[in-house]
Amino acid sequence: MEPLTLRYTVDGDSFTTAGEASTDMKRSLKRIGADADLIRRASICMYEGEINMVIHGGGGQASVTFDGQKMEIVLTDRGKGIPDIEAAMREGFSTATQEVRDLGFGAGMGLPNMKRYADEMVVESKVGAGTTVRMVLYDDPQRNA
Amino acid sequence: MTGCDALKLKNIMEILEADSLTGHDLLDAEVHSACGSDLMSDVLAFVKEQGMLLTGLCNPQVVRTAEMMDMRCVVFVRGKTPGADIVDLASDGGIAVLTTPFRMYEACGRLYAAGLSQED
Ligand SMILES: Nc1ncnc2c1ncn2[C@@H]1O[C@H](COP(=O)(O)OP(=O)(O)OP(=O)(O)O)[C@@H](O)[C@H]1O
Ligand SMILES: [Mg+2]
Repeated sequence: MEPLTLRYTVDGDSFTTAGEASTDMKRSLKRIGADADLIRRASICMYEGEINMVIHGGGGQASVTFDGQKMEIVLTDRGKGIPDIEAAMREGFSTATQEVRDLGFGAGMGLPNMKRYADEMVVESKVGAGTTVRMVLYDDPQRNA
Repeated sequence: MTGCDALKLKNIMEILEADSLTGHDLLDAEVHSACGSDLMSDVLAFVKEQGMLLTGLCNPQVVRTAEMMDMRCVVFVRGKTPGADIVDLASDGGIAVLTTPFRMYEACGRLYAAGLSQED
């Protein structure tokens, strides 16, 4: 399989374009013929992360690398940061505004969802400096069984 | 997935008295299950089989969520008509867009009665 390296700038001011990077990643993975289950998991991880970058992180950079076996997704923003990562990882924890909730987000499900679908996930954050989410996913046929 | 019938999108259109805004070529495609939600994170967390999303929201993220989940169709309930940007996005992603006059409860009820199960 053709290896893949993708880089995106995620606009923090536009809810409308949020998800463009995820859509492009998904289509790129389909094009190279990646496993369908891996594509689904990667899409959910990337999309939740990208939405978080827009609604909480003020935008930033996303990168995706895939060698046919191992995929790494790195999302970096220079936003307000997460004061308590452990709390943020809990299902239902959200600081989203009513405006964001009215758009269908802010249930506090994104990070737990990403953790569930990624094989490895590390969140690093500094208040006032930004957040980096690194996720690794493997093309593992065992997972489908 | 247990004991669900498949319905063609064109049958779903009849059941929901819906108009199709894009994806006319997909109307013979079958869906086996549907989910109704206004919470995109819920859809991303719990929906496993590809199918169809009914929603009362009307923004591009609805279509993006459906595309991420490999869904074939988005149904906007309560007569909401999405703008051209949303319809174009769906068209690019190979997703049919329907709009039904029914509210969420009735739209889901009609499909359930017709044999369409929920996602599980
Ligand atoms: N990139 C980020 N920058 C700053 N804060 C973040 C970031 N990502 C997540 N958070 C914080 O962690 C909380 C939980 O995030 P999570 O994605 O689980 O839920 P949510 O985005 O609030 O809602 P949902 O994902 O269900 O739409 C957020 O409400 C926010 O306070
Ligand atoms: Mg989130």
